Amino acid sequence: MTASQDRLPRLLALVPYLIARPGIPIDEAAADFDVTPKQLRKDLELLWMCGLPGYGPGDLIDISFDEDTVTVTFDAGMSRPLRLTGAEATALLVALRALADTPGVADADAIRRTVAKIEMAAGQAQPAGVAVGLGVREAAETVKVRETVQSALKAGHALRMTYYTASKDEISERTVDPMRVLIVEGRGYLEAWCRRAEAVRLFRLDRIDEVEVLDEPAAPPPYARPTDVSTGLFRPAPDQSVARLVLEPDARWVSEYYPVEDIEELDGGRLRVTMRYADTSWMVRLLLGLGGEVKVERPAELAQELRARAVAALRLMDHHLADT
Amino acid sequence: MLCLLSTRQYLSAERIRGIVPGYADAPSDDAFFRTFERDKTELRDLGIPLEVGRNSVFDTVDGYRIARRDYELGEIDLEPDEAAAVALAVRLWDSPELTGAAHGALLKLRAAGVDVDQAAPAIVESKVRTSEPAFTPLLAAVRAGQVVSFDYRRPSPAELRERTLEPWGVVSWRGRWYVVGHDRDRDAPRCFRLSRIVGEVRKIGKAGQVRRPENVDLMQFVATTGGEVSSVSTVRVWAASGRAAGVRRRAKVVGERDIRGTAGDILELELRWPDTAAGWLAGYGADVLVLEPEVLAKSVRERLVAVAEGDVL
Repeated sequence: MTASQDRLPRLLALVPYLIARPGIPIDEAAADFDVTPKQLRKDLELLWMCGLPGYGPGDLIDISFDEDTVTVTFDAGMSRPLRLTGAEATALLVALRALADTPGVADADAIRRTVAKIEMAAGQAQPAGVAVGLGVREAAETVKVRETVQSALKAGHALRMTYYTASKDEISERTVDPMRVLIVEGRGYLEAWCRRAEAVRLFRLDRIDEVEVLDEPAAPPPYARPTDVSTGLFRPAPDQSVARLVLEPDARWVSEYYPVEDIEELDGGRLRVTMRYADTSWMVRLLLGLGGEVKVERPAELAQELRARAVAALRLMDHHLADT
Repeated sequence: MLCLLSTRQYLSAERIRGIVPGYADAPSDDAFFRTFERDKTELRDLGIPLEVGRNSVFDTVDGYRIARRDYELGEIDLEPDEAAAVALAVRLWDSPELTGAAHGALLKLRAAGVDVDQAAPAIVESKVRTSEPAFTPLLAAVRAGQVVSFDYRRPSPAELRERTLEPWGVVSWRGRWYVVGHDRDRDAPRCFRLSRIVGEVRKIGKAGQVRRPENVDLMQFVATTGGEVSSVSTVRVWAASGRAAGVRRRAKVVGERDIRGTAGDILELELRWPDTAAGWLAGYGADVLVLEPEVLAKSVRERLVAVAEGDVL
């Protein structure tokens, strides 16, 4: 949206907003409208000049503002905000409904009451065309883990947990300082400062095998920043390895499930992709499991290791069959 | 435009031209009416319909005003926990279209006197992204009620085909976007994953031609079309000592066994997805050996044989 397209809705909302809050500090109002205090002053000056056209000065919107605060005393008939547009009602109601169906996100009853009130106030604006289901799958054990994690967050306590790291196929004990719980692509995660790794880490809730709230307070260092998950969970890094793969049609899902680059369509519905991976043992497990549906073009060492692992496993199977 | 919002009388276009500072500068009638038309459209997009009419029988031309009751937000009063739900809902979106719309709604609720504290830390944070290129044109087509066609790639069996769809809605389910509608080629309701749409979404025909059936639950449709198998089967495997932590954490140890000098445990676990289970277990190579059921052992073996014999470069 351009600045001027943003400005009109803001001007229209400003008068009723200020009427509801006489004497509000300008800084606070500016923060609510997500503009600078300087911009808000400019808006107020423009509003001050508006009002009933062609009539006397008494019909103008009357705004008194001093150094820091502002009060509207005459509103020229603009005391109520505009009703929600279809797009606005949709964005809000769809999000609320998605939250209502998601375990542990917020008070489901409060969300249902909110949906009813907003539908009522929005009048004829009907939401349609978009629906969102976060579809979080939670096994009974994960529900317990999430509840424990949330209680620690609320109380501001540290956690000790047993965590399964899929990339290394390892189970470890960690003490962490919880920061938040978030849902990405249908899965719940705990974001926390990991004292062992001395870094912010995302822990999948369904990989926390045991968890215990400690008496000591959570103390993430001040420089611990939440991870930006807006482009997905995987972050390309310089120390990662890179593989060039050809996916058969049955393995195309890999390109949707994992972040791949340089996608090249080949004949027969095959796909050539570049895939980054942090841990070779994880990559070997993934590719072994895909059987013949993936060809590794490079690196050669990865292809060799794969084949060696498959041969070793087949030898073991044959021994076992011979023994029984 | 504020001038129209604060008048109760119909104002003629000429009158508006005289009052509104920007309009008076218009060099010609044409230029004025062009600007006026554009502003009327902008107002309509903001949810403010203009009313056309005359103040009295003596008026010779139509005037414009805004029916205030039609554009005002109804009374709304949210409890603190309800306002908190709104704050959370606004933060759900991570999308150029929907984040803007949600913020617009928030602005109006604040203007209506509702205090929504966005700085309060949310206990749960979730985001819905709309990064698929097909999202914007499909949502626009749904809103306009317009038929679309697009090239769609199905992974298995692999095929790339043009589809013609009467779109009913776009649905985000478990972090993936789908479009649901009436598939004209199959003559049946279908859903398509947006990430599998190749190239442009083309609009066909006029707006307003698509009628969405009354009783269709879009979310339910996508959720049940996924074809989720939930039959649970018990699997028995051998795992080398100290290896395969990922398998062990989901299993219980029911015995010990050496296989050709390698110590290990017999494990039992419940698996929900027999087919993906084969890939998962094959990934462990010689660290895991499937004992039962035989069909799973065979499936694992096939995968390993393919890797061992495949034309790996």
